[in-house]
Amino acid sequence: MTAIGAPIRRQGPPGHGTILDRSVAGRRAWSLPPLDVPEASIPPAHARAQDPGLPEVGEVDLVRHYTGLAQMNYGLDTGMYPLGSCTMKYNPKVAETVAALPGFQRLHPLQPDSTAQGALELLWKLEEALCEITGMARATLQPPAGACGEMTGLLLMRAYHEDRGDSRRRVIIPDSAHGTNPASVRLAGFEAVPVRSDARGLVDVGALSKLVDESVAGLMLTNPNTLGLFEEEIDEIAATIHGVGGLLYYDGANLNAILGRCRPGDMGFDIVHINTHKTFATPHGGGGPGAGPVGVTDELVPYLPGPRVHRTGDGSFSLVQGGDRSIGRMHGFHGNVGILVRAYSYVFLHGSDGLKAVSELAALNANYLAHLVSGEFPLAHPDMRPMHEFVATAKPLREATGIKAMDVAKRVIDLGFHPSTVYFPLVVEEAMMVEPTETESKATLEAYAEALRQAAQDARERPEILREAPMTTPVRRLDEARAARALHLRW
Amino acid sequence: MKFAPHTGSEIEEMLSAIGVSSLDGLFEQIPATVRLEGPLGLPEGVSELEIVEDLGRLAARSRHLDDLVCFAGAGAYDHYIPSVVWALAGRSEFSTAYTPYQPELSQGTLQTLFEFQSMVCELTGLEVSNASLYDGATALVEAVNMARTGGRSRVLVSQGVDPRLVDTLRTYGRGSGYEPEVFTAEGGRGGSPPVGDDVAAVVVQHPNVFGILEPASELFATAREGGAKAIQVFDPLSLGVLAPPGELGADIAVAEGQSLGNHLAFGGPYLGLIAARMSDVRRMPGRIVGATVDQDGAPGYVLTLQAREQHIRREKANSNICTNQTLMAIAATIYLGWLGPEGLAEVGRQCAAKALYAAGRLTEIPGVSLLHPDAPFFKEFALRVPGDARQVVEGLVEHGYLGGVALSTAGEDVLLVAVTERRTREQIDGLAAAMEAVVT
Repeated sequence: MTAIGAPIRRQGPPGHGTILDRSVAGRRAWSLPPLDVPEASIPPAHARAQDPGLPEVGEVDLVRHYTGLAQMNYGLDTGMYPLGSCTMKYNPKVAETVAALPGFQRLHPLQPDSTAQGALELLWKLEEALCEITGMARATLQPPAGACGEMTGLLLMRAYHEDRGDSRRRVIIPDSAHGTNPASVRLAGFEAVPVRSDARGLVDVGALSKLVDESVAGLMLTNPNTLGLFEEEIDEIAATIHGVGGLLYYDGANLNAILGRCRPGDMGFDIVHINTHKTFATPHGGGGPGAGPVGVTDELVPYLPGPRVHRTGDGSFSLVQGGDRSIGRMHGFHGNVGILVRAYSYVFLHGSDGLKAVSELAALNANYLAHLVSGEFPLAHPDMRPMHEFVATAKPLREATGIKAMDVAKRVIDLGFHPSTVYFPLVVEEAMMVEPTETESKATLEAYAEALRQAAQDARERPEILREAPMTTPVRRLDEARAARALHLRW
Repeated sequence: MKFAPHTGSEIEEMLSAIGVSSLDGLFEQIPATVRLEGPLGLPEGVSELEIVEDLGRLAARSRHLDDLVCFAGAGAYDHYIPSVVWALAGRSEFSTAYTPYQPELSQGTLQTLFEFQSMVCELTGLEVSNASLYDGATALVEAVNMARTGGRSRVLVSQGVDPRLVDTLRTYGRGSGYEPEVFTAEGGRGGSPPVGDDVAAVVVQHPNVFGILEPASELFATAREGGAKAIQVFDPLSLGVLAPPGELGADIAVAEGQSLGNHLAFGGPYLGLIAARMSDVRRMPGRIVGATVDQDGAPGYVLTLQAREQHIRREKANSNICTNQTLMAIAATIYLGWLGPEGLAEVGRQCAAKALYAAGRLTEIPGVSLLHPDAPFFKEFALRVPGDARQVVEGLVEHGYLGGVALSTAGEDVLLVAVTERRTREQIDGLAAAMEAVVT
């Protein structure tokens, strides 16, 4: 049984079955009005000699092909999608309705401010709301994704220190951090310095204080961290970093856990990025688009990228370029505005009370599911209370049966669910990182727990069914080694 | 709560199972010193109806492009988007999925991205592409990062490259340790970049920011003779009629892909395209999809070459890309499938013909002339207008036209006009009449 229907086994060699295989010379889907001005000739030196190898298909071919492909995908609308750290909660349909209004969707980014007042007002109000939620002074909405938000924040950190004649080069990152953190650190011209987690799964404050000196530009921290645990010593951590003149960067990957309960600004963070697809349920699109607004304290406002929306004395709105100290521009235009419209609808639909409830019920669901599954899959840090997600481990199961976390994940697919994140964070062996989110019901959580229990029982009684899984999907386990060895990246 | 299905009694049962007396008990690990006292300073939640009306009111305060006739471009264009594109790309199996970490549940996304990579290679005449980047400007940043290797660090950029792209490059370059150096283009095109053995990349936009066709193959030959990578910023909808970057000698080609079936949406979400030669595949940024087989030998697709990426290589990765613009890439794939080779060429022919006609009509107006009268252009051209181009744009709005984009970096009196296949002769004549009224 699976949520995506009966499998349609695919046939043929690798790369077979694309839209190009439906191509028939002379068939077409396109239509345009006849040219109503004189023809122009392309200078021969610039002209294309040979047509690109695009498919020649009809509109019905397109519809059948991509509908068929869509049906091979599992989305949030298909079922529970408990990828830890990814926050796959229900994407409200109203967000699609409002983003499609021509007054947002049919605006050119460079049309005069006087003709785009509604969109500018929306961006201004969203910036205000994000600052209130995070406890920051101002924000840029330009970064098109969380990793770009990280890069923005690190360039702000760099500009801040350089302005003070400081060439600090080290940025401290916990060993449990997402891979984008160290990658962004290097791209911003810093050196990533790991700090270890202690036995509780929290930043080892003793180890941190030994690492810290005046060469430290800042610390990047996710709170709650990637183990789903709240960094309880955040006051000491902030004091340690600020004590040597460093800045605190808040990775907003888990902001959805603390809405209305506490704010990064109140914890001492100087820079915050937000992943709108996580906290504000904008659809992730199978790998984007996202949006990664970055909020900062007063001290850092002059460095924000431009343009930003300003409200003038008469209540109208305008886009203003960054000043002399601005780091510049992170995106070709104003960021992923279509996504920001959706985020705005989520924030104001929920309001102060609804956002608080989001985090409460996310924590309730995570703790309830942790309670249900921890018998078979012990929590990595059983003495700590998880917040919106938890990390369990399949290590005891592997030791007893040889079955790994990945095998369990594949069996869960055959039992009708998208599995959790596995093998992240890297600091936990056989990690299973589960984030149910607040939009799943008690009954769904129980069914997911039952699927995990069934998988564990199968591992003991008929392990081959896990090693062979999945069996109900359009394709079975794919040969990733072959994909990387015999590169086949296009038709 | 809006979308949480919990009943009051379910919440009680769950709390009791966990062994906590209230929801507050789930947050006790947050130290009192940082707890928020009182509610967030936001209004309380409202109904869906109220949100739709609130956003409807805001949307109505802007003048959109079904109202103003659009001749604005500069990297974002009003091309026609056929209904089939978002009827398919908007399906929630695509839009509500995550990055395809479990390939057995993500073959729809993965195969469509494989088709996307294939189409980008076909368009550009290059060998390898990826699953998309954020937009054209950040795609250029990634291309430059690819090129900066082997001790070469300098980045030479033609004056014909869009200033917003150069600004973006300058911003990211602060982190990576370079400052883009702009070389002069004579008469709006060409130039002679000094390609020494410390130069990593020469960047040329073709058609350039003025819409002009560059002598790209000569510039790229100069770059390659000097041992630098030749990077072309291209317009994907020009490639039905213009020679592809691979044929012109570009090593890496990048573009803003918005025009491929994606909405203008006031600047995003857009689509970064990148293509390169196979010899550079391991320096490509972001996600790459590869074809393979499953354990039964059936064809399927996976994310491949992940050893390049941030989640494996962490600080040694050459890009921090995680989320990209997959849904926009899916839309672009369907749009290019709709066009096919014939439709792509027809869009290119119509843009070029209508732009030429528009330039002819507009330059009949006294005081209005081409900025670079001798240079051939594709779908966009730069005009000198009497006075401040921004004032001219505001004046044209009064007549119902978004008449172009003021290109202040080229002069206060420079107006950049873009003409897509959507524009009719009547609209172009109307723009010319409005322009005449505004400038005289």
